[in-house]
Amino acid sequence: MLRDITIGQYYQTDSVIHRLDPRVKLAGTLLFIVSLFFFQNIGGYLAAALFLALVIRLSKVPFRYIVRGMRAILFVLLITVTFNLFLTPGRTLVELFGGHVRITYEGLKMAFFIALRLAFLIVGSSIMTLTTTPNHLTDGLERALRPLKVFKAPVHEVAMMMSIALRFIPLLLEETDKIMKAQMARGADFESGNLIQRAKAMVPILVPLFICAFRRAADLAMAMEARCYRGGEGRTKMKPLVYGRADYLAYFLLAVYTVGSIFIGRL
Amino acid sequence: MSILVDHVTYLYETGTPLEHKALDEVCLEIKDGQFVGIIGHTGSGKSTLMQHLNGLLKAHSGHIYLDGEDIDAPGYPKKKLRSQVGLVFQYPEHQLFEVDVFTDVCFGPKNLGLPKEEVEERVRKALLQVGIPEEYWKQSPFEISGGQKRRVAIAGVLAMQPGVLILDEPTAGLDPKGRREILDQIKKLQTQTGMTVLLVSHSMEDVAEYVDRIVVMNRGKILLDGAPKEVFCHVEELEGVGLAAPQMTYVMRALRKRGFDVDEDAITVEEAAAGILRALS
Repeated sequence: MLRDITIGQYYQTDSVIHRLDPRVKLAGTLLFIVSLFFFQNIGGYLAAALFLALVIRLSKVPFRYIVRGMRAILFVLLITVTFNLFLTPGRTLVELFGGHVRITYEGLKMAFFIALRLAFLIVGSSIMTLTTTPNHLTDGLERALRPLKVFKAPVHEVAMMMSIALRFIPLLLEETDKIMKAQMARGADFESGNLIQRAKAMVPILVPLFICAFRRAADLAMAMEARCYRGGEGRTKMKPLVYGRADYLAYFLLAVYTVGSIFIGRL
Repeated sequence: MSILVDHVTYLYETGTPLEHKALDEVCLEIKDGQFVGIIGHTGSGKSTLMQHLNGLLKAHSGHIYLDGEDIDAPGYPKKKLRSQVGLVFQYPEHQLFEVDVFTDVCFGPKNLGLPKEEVEERVRKALLQVGIPEEYWKQSPFEISGGQKRRVAIAGVLAMQPGVLILDEPTAGLDPKGRREILDQIKKLQTQTGMTVLLVSHSMEDVAEYVDRIVVMNRGKILLDGAPKEVFCHVEELEGVGLAAPQMTYVMRALRKRGFDVDEDAITVEEAAAGILRALS
């Protein structure tokens, strides 16, 4: 059921990509997403597809597993494509319903590119979360944003909140699954009825879920205090992030990809 | 009601590297009115099996028959199944959500579409069965004690008047007194109503003196199945899968080794005491 959602999940295996410094992966994801918005022709997307394919191959995450996570955003993708297809002005290709609805050449092109862009965006960023543990990810983020401390930005606190939030996602999903089953065992029905009835049927899930979330948060706060957590000031790391040779190579390849793909994409 | 589990296999996380068999060709027959303890270590598949019995999980292969009818057959009504096989989850108090105890217990029978009078009648009966006196009925389910919460949650399933009651670790996290009270009440209920009861636990002590039959599960398979005294004879096998026989069995064994002529199959403290007295006189 809910366990099928793979966005934001970590995929346990050992690969070159998994071992990369999280800062490289953060930068890579950011650059990849930015590059997607520069493309104006199919060449750029081809370059991006090639790059993605290479990274997925190296990461040893099965392609099927990644695609499974995409199902969750299929709906958003469909809506975007539909809007672009029918609402873009330009040269008419097909007229439907006596000219009220038109599909234009530009619309078709736009819808196609938007679909590609969205799909790449999701796959690209899920590669990062699939190959990086939440702890690593926030570590990288904290380290990368450290310069902002000069401006008194609470970098450590934000990173800590993020890692806790990420940690809570699978926990709460599991809890939801359990509560849903428990209420179904009491004859609750989440699948039939109109919209209002279905919304009402959520109450027996939401109330216990909120209570559980608060209880867990309180427990966690207590456990952190018991272990003398006092924020980022003076806190040392057990495993400080250090760049290795693979990381520098990855940065180099990233630079090549970014410059190359944008160049091709804007020819 | 009788249950027949026929070669049921269930896989978790299919299609990922985490795929594993939670149930492996499990066969089990439970007769009407039996009080059965399902014992197993964490991850042995006992909870997974229980969720199959009321249709929350669907077996990847194999069949489950309730009173001879296949519950996965296309036309079998799920709602009827859920009302006939009552499943009380681990920490059932986590599912409480209503404004007061009484209304919360009403949730189950109300979902069955019963008339209001019948619902209230059943709820009153269920609450009294689990020993929640009337003065608590209008209190918020979040304000009563942990043991009471658990009983209210059990009442929530009992009010549906199932023919089979499954309890998944009903005593987890309770103190010895609360544990005993809950188990005593379940035993009383079972003898009074003749309901089939399945008690899932990883504690031998808990189930030893209450059930008629023990099924030991390990790695998705049934390892031992029989009357408590038979099962506890296999101390080595039980220990091999991370379980243990009741303490009294060990005491009696040790005594016997030292030359006392006592029966080794004592399970409860009472039996052991009687056995020792007999040996001494």
